Amino acid sequence: MDRSIYGFIFRHSKAQQIFLLAITCAAFPFIYLQPDLVKRIVNDAIGGQVSDFPKEFLGMEFEQVGYLVLMCCGFLVIVLINGAFKYFINVSKGRLGERMLRRLRYTLYGRVLRFPQPHFKRVSQGEIIPMITQEVEPLGGFIGDAVAQPVFQAGMLVTFLTFIIVQDLYMGMAAIAMFPIQGFIIPRLQKRVNALGKERVRAVRRVSERISESINGIQEVRTNDASNLMRAEFASHLGRIYTIRYEIYHRKFVIKFINNFLAQFTPFLFYLIGGYLAIQGDLSIGALIGVISAHKDMNAPWKELLAFYQQYMDAKIKYEQVVEQFDPPGMLDEKLQLEEPASVPPIKPEAAVAAQNLTYQEDETTIPIQNLNLTFRADENLALVGAAGGGKDELAMLLPRLLAPTGGRVAIDGQDIKDWPEAYLGRRMAYVGPAAYLFSDSVRANLTFGLKHRPMAQPDMDEAATKARQERLAENARSGNSDEDFDDDWVDYAALGATGPEDADARLIDMLAHVDLTRDVYGLGLRGAIDPSASPKLAEGALEARSRLGARLDAENLRDLIEPYDPERYNDNASLAENLLFGTIVAGGLDLETLGDHAYVQKILNDNALTDRLLSIGREAAALMIELFADVEPGDPLFEQYSFIKADALPDYQTILTKTARGALDSLTEPERAMLLAMPFKLIPARHRLGLIDDEVRELVIKARASFRENLPEDLAGAIEFFDPKLYNAAASVQDNILFGKIAYGEAEGPETVGRILNEVVDELGLSGDIVAAGLNFQVGIGGSRLSGAQRQKIAIARALAKRPDILILNGAADAMDSRSRAALTKKVLAAAPGGVVWATSDTEQTAAFDRVAEVAGGRVVNVTGEEE
Amino acid sequence: MSLAEEVDLLRGIPLFERMEPAKLKLLAISSDRVNFRPNAVMMNQGDDGDAAYVIMSGKGDVLIDTPGGEIKVAEIGVGQIVGEIAILIDVPRTATVRTEEGLTALKISKENFLRLLHGSPQVAVEIIRVLAARLENTNAQLREAVANKS
Repeated sequence: MDRSIYGFIFRHSKAQQIFLLAITCAAFPFIYLQPDLVKRIVNDAIGGQVSDFPKEFLGMEFEQVGYLVLMCCGFLVIVLINGAFKYFINVSKGRLGERMLRRLRYTLYGRVLRFPQPHFKRVSQGEIIPMITQEVEPLGGFIGDAVAQPVFQAGMLVTFLTFIIVQDLYMGMAAIAMFPIQGFIIPRLQKRVNALGKERVRAVRRVSERISESINGIQEVRTNDASNLMRAEFASHLGRIYTIRYEIYHRKFVIKFINNFLAQFTPFLFYLIGGYLAIQGDLSIGALIGVISAHKDMNAPWKELLAFYQQYMDAKIKYEQVVEQFDPPGMLDEKLQLEEPASVPPIKPEAAVAAQNLTYQEDETTIPIQNLNLTFRADENLALVGAAGGGKDELAMLLPRLLAPTGGRVAIDGQDIKDWPEAYLGRRMAYVGPAAYLFSDSVRANLTFGLKHRPMAQPDMDEAATKARQERLAENARSGNSDEDFDDDWVDYAALGATGPEDADARLIDMLAHVDLTRDVYGLGLRGAIDPSASPKLAEGALEARSRLGARLDAENLRDLIEPYDPERYNDNASLAENLLFGTIVAGGLDLETLGDHAYVQKILNDNALTDRLLSIGREAAALMIELFADVEPGDPLFEQYSFIKADALPDYQTILTKTARGALDSLTEPERAMLLAMPFKLIPARHRLGLIDDEVRELVIKARASFRENLPEDLAGAIEFFDPKLYNAAASVQDNILFGKIAYGEAEGPETVGRILNEVVDELGLSGDIVAAGLNFQVGIGGSRLSGAQRQKIAIARALAKRPDILILNGAADAMDSRSRAALTKKVLAAAPGGVVWATSDTEQTAAFDRVAEVAGGRVVNVTGEEE
Repeated sequence: MSLAEEVDLLRGIPLFERMEPAKLKLLAISSDRVNFRPNAVMMNQGDDGDAAYVIMSGKGDVLIDTPGGEIKVAEIGVGQIVGEIAILIDVPRTATVRTEEGLTALKISKENFLRLLHGSPQVAVEIIRVLAARLENTNAQLREAVANKS
């Protein structure tokens, strides 16, 4: 990577820079024509003598008025031409800057992907991210100006200077007398500013690093009451930035002051010396004024040049500061990642995998692997055991070249893997570490992550889309970005053992079975929503399951386990809010928790004579809560579980009760009414058994339910998907669609029985496969946070198995599981893996299933058990 | 059955009879009402217990496993409590309870009950009183049994 910013600029944008310069120079005459025309309009056209006319212009004769019109039109044309030039130059500069910025960011990101692993122990995300995102941002603006601006301004300067010198050599000398001084002093002053600038960049990086540390360690901060320490530390870093910034301002404005002074010192000389000469009669006054105005013109480009110099220094620091951070020693050769080998042959089963005199040294004192020797067959199942810190983890990472040996080598079939393209290692081998990382995407996307090496197939596109794609890729190429389209289908179905997207899910579901994850993903599918138009079979099946489930419950006399959603009946196992809404909320605008606050809901309540009824129910409920919870400690979990009122809101409700003691609900303020109204909305008669909702209220709510749906205002259209016994509800989960009702409260073994019958019905209808496939759509959350640790590890192992590797390396890959499930999983994985398995583990019980066990301690293999084949 | 009736029912049980009305209400409200089907097992001898049940309607049998088979030792009906030892100490269920017909009970969880005790010492004193009376009763029976034997 280019060390200097101009190296980078010239390497990638020489032609565009020259083009920009040419355009800038071409614009120059027009810029000077504009004031010239103004002068002509004033002097010749308006102020001219009648005797001067008619004037000849382009072979035509003009009277004074005609001439004025001609000149004015000419003026307008020049203004338009200038505007057009300006527009064109600015857009070109912007585009050039943006492309170069894009290239720079892309290059930096590409380097991050090639960083040696240990480097991530030293630099934090918090430092790297702002470098790529913010720190380089101002460089785009500079790059557009990098050549055209200084050359153009310097050209102007020389032009004016020549003009002055032609007028008078001494005056010319005087005009530039200060330049050497400025040229000498300014860079010296600037030097310190540059150093401060560098320091500031580092200080800002430290701040972002601190923020990212605080976020990663937030639980520690909170549970150790360390927030004040963190605040103080953060303040000290901010203070450092402030001090640096303040000093930069200080010095910057001193430079400006000196600059201005020196700039005005020249006119001072002109007036003094030139004036003296004029008085003496050695210089004509006309010449003096000419020289002074020429100097004035000259000062503008000189100032621009100095400003450019400062901008350059700024950009230079930013660029160098960033680039030096992206060049750690031991980075992977770019070719090994980028170049696609002609073919990626499998590793032969009988090939020997050999660690020969392998040494890995992290720093002077840490040498986890020392002269280690180990040979095994590629298709062998080998367990690496040993205590933590004994070297087995590092060995497991050296085998797929996640770490680079500092001595010796890893050879497969006699070849040092040091020079193997990542295409071999990433496709023929698989590695699962202890911190199995999942990307924030669907389960399916995570499982196929190991199959996406190159774009495999273009999606079907119409002509316009094809054209847009070509343009997009061509633009990528102009910035040196990837020419591979992210929107293509990247999945290598053949590597998965599938023929295409149609049977890929079936193969992925096989992988889930290998890691005992089918049940879990089935559960995710059942509890998730599906798009009925994308999975019509499942949506129809769910409706069929709904009626079968009902029939089964009737047949087994279990009907009361589920209270179905009946448009004509109040559901005693649902809250009043759910009863009124009678549907699933799709999008914003409404919220079950605060349904009573919505204006439309309030209108419906009023129209149906419910408001006062609900307010008095709310009052009764509040009175009961206060009676029950008045002397319960505020922190008591009883509050959390059984009170409708939060501990700190009790006094407010007490006030409301006192105020309405004589039944006068009119005296309540709006917020107080809302507080009371919120209470009945949460009531579930079958659960709370407060007897507050009588049959009359039930009937009123059923009526309100109908009018709520009929009169739905436009802004809520589509915000609710209403329950309909005959339709699939796309907003609700598959499970809720099948149950289509509430599981009744207080039935012993109720949920278990319903769950069992539901699963049986699903199996009968042959829907379980579809539900598992729906579960593949489950979004795992950032870093897989919506799954448990064991589930994450299982998905990571399934992801490794999905590419059917010749050698599967697992490093503490099942540590989040308990010992029993780990043993069961080990057997299954060994059976499912198409090639050899190397498993580094500290669980010695796990090793029984392996052909051979190598014990690693002190950085060496100390013992190998099991027969050699 | 409304909350008020549940409270009345609870008050009829010696363990709770001297509890303040508000506490009793809180106990009722924090307890779940559970319906059991005919011939359902409410608790199994030997299992860990985490709740006591106050019968609100229906009937059930208390059964004990013996080497000679299951023996019915008692019948329970409305207003009676079963499994109350489990909410005081960690012992396995000493008997199996099976419903005879459909049965509804108020399920008092150990967790909520103990929480209630923490919140009000007078309830705890009442419990001690009831338990002491039971102990005295058992002792008296033992004395009687010993006297009869000799």
